[in-house]
Amino acid sequence: MNAPVVESEVKAVVAQAIENHGKTFDALIPILSEINHTLGYIPAEAIREVKKQIHGPTSNVYVSESRLYGLASFYDMLSTQPRGRHVIKFCENAPCHIVGGKAIWDALRETLELENGETTSDNKWTLLTTSCIGLCSVGPVLLVDDDMYGNVTVEQIPEILGYYE
Amino acid sequence: MKTKRAMILVSTDAESLRLGANELLENLNEALEAYQLFDEVDIATITDAERSNIQPFVVVYPEATVYGPVKPGDARYLVEEHLYKGRVAEDLLAPPKTLTGQIGSLRAHKGYNPAEQRIVLEHAGRIDPENIEDCIAHNGYEALGKALTELSPEQIIDIVEKSGLQGRGGAGFLTGRKWKFVRAAKGEKKYVICNADESEPGTFKDRIVLEGDPHIILEAMAIAGYAVGADEGYIYIRGEYGHAYRRLKHAIEQAEEFGFLGKNIFNTNFNFHIHLHAGAGAYVCGEETALIESIEGKRGEPRPRPPYPVTRGLWDKPTTVNNVETLANVPAIIRNGPEWYRSFGTPSSPGTKVYTIMGNVNFSGVIEVPMGITLREVINIYAKGMKPGSVLKLAQTGGSSGSIIPAALQDVPMDFESFRKAGVSLGSGALLICDQHTCIVDLVKVLLQFFRFESCGKCTPCRVGTQRSYEIVDRISKGQGKPEDLDTLQYLIAEMERASNCGLGQTATVPIRDMLKYFRTEVEAHILLGSCPTGVCEMNLELETAKV
Repeated sequence: MNAPVVESEVKAVVAQAIENHGKTFDALIPILSEINHTLGYIPAEAIREVKKQIHGPTSNVYVSESRLYGLASFYDMLSTQPRGRHVIKFCENAPCHIVGGKAIWDALRETLELENGETTSDNKWTLLTTSCIGLCSVGPVLLVDDDMYGNVTVEQIPEILGYYE
Repeated sequence: MKTKRAMILVSTDAESLRLGANELLENLNEALEAYQLFDEVDIATITDAERSNIQPFVVVYPEATVYGPVKPGDARYLVEEHLYKGRVAEDLLAPPKTLTGQIGSLRAHKGYNPAEQRIVLEHAGRIDPENIEDCIAHNGYEALGKALTELSPEQIIDIVEKSGLQGRGGAGFLTGRKWKFVRAAKGEKKYVICNADESEPGTFKDRIVLEGDPHIILEAMAIAGYAVGADEGYIYIRGEYGHAYRRLKHAIEQAEEFGFLGKNIFNTNFNFHIHLHAGAGAYVCGEETALIESIEGKRGEPRPRPPYPVTRGLWDKPTTVNNVETLANVPAIIRNGPEWYRSFGTPSSPGTKVYTIMGNVNFSGVIEVPMGITLREVINIYAKGMKPGSVLKLAQTGGSSGSIIPAALQDVPMDFESFRKAGVSLGSGALLICDQHTCIVDLVKVLLQFFRFESCGKCTPCRVGTQRSYEIVDRISKGQGKPEDLDTLQYLIAEMERASNCGLGQTATVPIRDMLKYFRTEVEAHILLGSCPTGVCEMNLELETAKV
């Protein structure tokens, strides 16, 4: 994730995503999701490529770059900016808040010296808040990349962060 | 805290009191003492108008046995039989028919957990969700077979309508009627959409269904497709539910292999295909028209209504959008009939409801119980009480857009009608139980932070209203509020409710409304005294003087 994005790579990633999901309107969001997952974010080149590749002799789907950018910026799981090697998502909703979430959030910000949405200068961490991820019975909850941690305590944070290179 | 092995609830509504409930209570206490059961058995009073013909009645947990009417003179016999000898006092049992739908009619399962009535979650956790054969062995696709080979689409709609099944996404619209509209709508091409964009904070009931019993959704969608005349369906699942997505994908492949999806299902001329569509993180896409926009590859911005999706939905074709929990009820209704379904819940809200319980309680998780049980019952029985040292202050029902209800309302039966009468919304079934250390201003601030972030920005009342109300509540939480702020909030929520395009902006007002309705003094303390009564909010009074 998040290796420097070269143009030929973007082309191939977009081609693969379009092949997986098809050249239809209802495939647009799945295509962008896959690009985001592979590249870590959706670079401007990728948006240009999707526009170019999705329209062709076998497809009458035409989408503008602005529409694609509109999608990438609307949905929370898509990012138009590069993120760190690891993305921490902290649930900031009421169920986690009530059972001690704020202390976890404060500790995360302090430990990483980041505010919401920021990335560390060594590109290792990006800190984000997220909406409810449906693990409310084990709150407070946080996600590191795709790994879920529940019943998190302030004391556990260094240990959890230590798992990641 | 010593654990109690049983709990006795005694009805103390006006009618029960007239018939000697107080004396009964006294005698029960005496009997408990006589048998030295005081340490083991809790006794409490309840009010439950639904069981009006068996007063005064007594419910004994964990078995959830209901006795009634119980005369004061029966107390000793009841305690001796049920709690001392450990057997049901048969001749005091309330007649079963009057109990239907109430929690009291439930049989406890083996083990220590309190009784539940599982329809939606009947097989979740009991079958291998990745193995269709295991699912078939547990009635899987039996209802679809019955529907396709024995029933006409009209008959199915009729059964579902008669069952009284209401949409479990929060609005409570009759499912059968929705299907009828779609069936009657003009056009050859129609769609069934399963709304699995479960994003209401505190709600994870649908995830349990999707992960634990994915085939029940496929089966229900195919039945819905046959009923409304659709040959294509979409499951819109939120992007965050990766595990459920993989389960569903696998389930669809298996169902196609076994011929339960695809062409000529059950050798009939009915065809049905299901697309699995993952969202990409947007709360607003739970709103059905935003969800449709999102499938169409657009930003999830709700459409103006009418036209409603039942006439112009996905790709402008008639579409039924049903919640996961709603659909999961359908196969059992087809198998067992509408009367069976109506034997659970209350007359106006039949069936069960899946609740997710969390907060300052001893047990968090998912339960499925008949409509009409009370919050007190949920907390005391299912959540195994408040955490040690915690006292119930308020509960939030139904996620962020649900109501905040004070402890005083914990005896209102939780069904669509009773809640509507009490001005409360049942919402998605999330029950966030908060204790005395919860500050209402802090809680509402968190909720508004959520709404201002999730507002799609399309319409002004919601986009600006959620932002402005957050700013005001944030100020109040820092001790910088002004007395006129409360009037401003009242004005804002009235406008948002009136003018917002969709449910998001309309219901974002509910937490504020409830805060001002039930906890005004606490809010005023922040403003007038510059202090937070619970000590949760960090006051920042200096800033205010600096600003002036």
